[in-house]
Amino acid sequence: MLRACTVDELPPGESVRIAGPEPIAVFNADGELYAISDTCTHQDASLADGWLEGCFVECPLHAALFDLRTGMPSCLPAKQPVRTYPVLVDDGVIYVRAEAAEDAA
Amino acid sequence: MKTVAIVGASLAGARTAQELRAQGFDGRVVLIGEEPHLPYDRPPLSKAFLAGTASRESLELLDSDDLGALELRLGTRAERLDAAAGRLVLSDGEIAADGIVVATGGRARRLPGTESVRGVHVLRTLDDASALREELVPGVQVVVVGGGFIGAEVASTCRTLGLDVTVLEALETPLVRVLGPQLAQACARLHERHGTTLRCHAAVDGLDTRADGAGRRVTGVRLASGGTLPADVVVTGIGMVPATEWLSGSGLAAAGGVPTSAGLVTELPNVVAVGDVAACASAETGRPQRHEHWTNASEQAPVAVANLLAGHLVREYRPSGYVWSDQYSGTLQLAGHPEPGDELVVTEGTASDEAFAATFRRDGRTTAVFALNLPRAFTRLRRQAFRRPAPVA
Ligand SMILES: Cc1cc2nc3c(=O)[nH]c(=O)nc-3n(C[C@H](O)[C@H](O)[C@H](O)COP(=O)(O)OP(=O)(O)OC[C@H]3O[C@@H](n4cnc5c(N)ncnc54)[C@H](O)[C@@H]3O)c2cc1C
Ligand code: FES
Repeated sequence: MLRACTVDELPPGESVRIAGPEPIAVFNADGELYAISDTCTHQDASLADGWLEGCFVECPLHAALFDLRTGMPSCLPAKQPVRTYPVLVDDGVIYVRAEAAEDAA
Repeated sequence: MKTVAIVGASLAGARTAQELRAQGFDGRVVLIGEEPHLPYDRPPLSKAFLAGTASRESLELLDSDDLGALELRLGTRAERLDAAAGRLVLSDGEIAADGIVVATGGRARRLPGTESVRGVHVLRTLDDASALREELVPGVQVVVVGGGFIGAEVASTCRTLGLDVTVLEALETPLVRVLGPQLAQACARLHERHGTTLRCHAAVDGLDTRADGAGRRVTGVRLASGGTLPADVVVTGIGMVPATEWLSGSGLAAAGGVPTSAGLVTELPNVVAVGDVAACASAETGRPQRHEHWTNASEQAPVAVANLLAGHLVREYRPSGYVWSDQYSGTLQLAGHPEPGDELVVTEGTASDEAFAATFRRDGRTTAVFALNLPRAFTRLRRQAFRRPAPVA
């Protein structure tokens, strides 16, 4: 379980990157929390720097769109999905269940 | 509509093929490309692919699902279009099609008279990139003619490979027409900072060559102002010419590309044009404009397809003006349409830093957003300045 930040630190429309062996990006999409692998599958841009629109994030580099719910890209240049991770909130703190990564992928 | 033939099997053509299916077209899609290769992405040709860190496979634009949904005619050139008869003459036959997509992009411009000189390169195709890469061996001296995006990227890749490189630019600063004087200066400094020699106001007079086996090989670049720069490898990044020769006689081509409406439809309602070749009328001013950038080709495809399938104008193209360029382990990003005389406001850092962000303003309105090495700031500024319709799931 990885600690992201507190709920207060991640208002709607914001994102945070959790460092680690595989960096993870956590988004607050209009109150709904999502966590995906931070590295775009096209090249190596950080999706936490991306443009959040509804439950899609647009890669800051070449504008591939990823669906935060499924990790699927909905347009080129990305073709591979990013991993998604379960998010939990406990006592006002946001956690990401990273060990589930292999199963979820 | 039963058959759509797409001429040009690169980004704009590949995206159009995908969009045809995505928008429900279930007829025959024929994608015709004169290059023998499966459709590939060009930006890495001056960057990771040229540096040897990205593989050929990583350039693929279409996956097996995409390929399964179309008929691919590679190594086949379109030679003539008889649109009224719905007939396309190919180098190896003919095709009858009721919808035609012109996606032939452009060809790299060369220095006149240098076509057969060894050591002199342009960079547009995979074959160009492979040929250039083979010559970028330790110890060679490289001269890049043209300091635009491609020239700057090649110079940067050459530095990564540890080579000696000089960039020759005809203007007072590279990219000044795109970025304005202040930002262009900031980008020009990247060259110096990373050990590339940049010479501005430098016009090329000709090349020095020596006999080399059967032909000639470059040894130096002569400058109009006098003097010669020794060179083992010369790369010219001096722009491209729209590939419209095959349209002569069809009434569709003009010198500056294929003119289209703001919906990317040509004079003929069943022919659309997309990507680098399309001179699309601005939805605001009506003036035709070509955009030679990746995002443009990618974003025009859905608009052109919607209008082609509907048979009338249902969508207009609004260019985001988004361009990126990777140089010296940094990324430049620009969105919007800066014009000469716009006020430049640096919002993060200063223009002499390795990383900064800036906006262009006119009459209290943001006309463009720029960042060097600050993708997050760029994203925010762009979001504030330009709204886009939300994507649909
Ligand atoms: C080296 C390089 C680096 C780049 N880097 C960037 C970047 O960092 N950022 C950015 O925004 N943009 C970049 N670009 C620009 C971007 O790649 C182009 O805008 C994009 O490729 C345009 O796609 P297109 O399909 O319209 O044209 P093209 O990619 O030119 O493709 C046209 C295709 O049509 C084929 N064709 C032409 N005539 C015929 C015919 N008669 N019959 C059959 N086939 C034909 C050609 O062989 C070609 O394959 C770069 C371009 C190059 C060359
Ligand atoms: S790195 Fe994300 S789209 Fe290219």
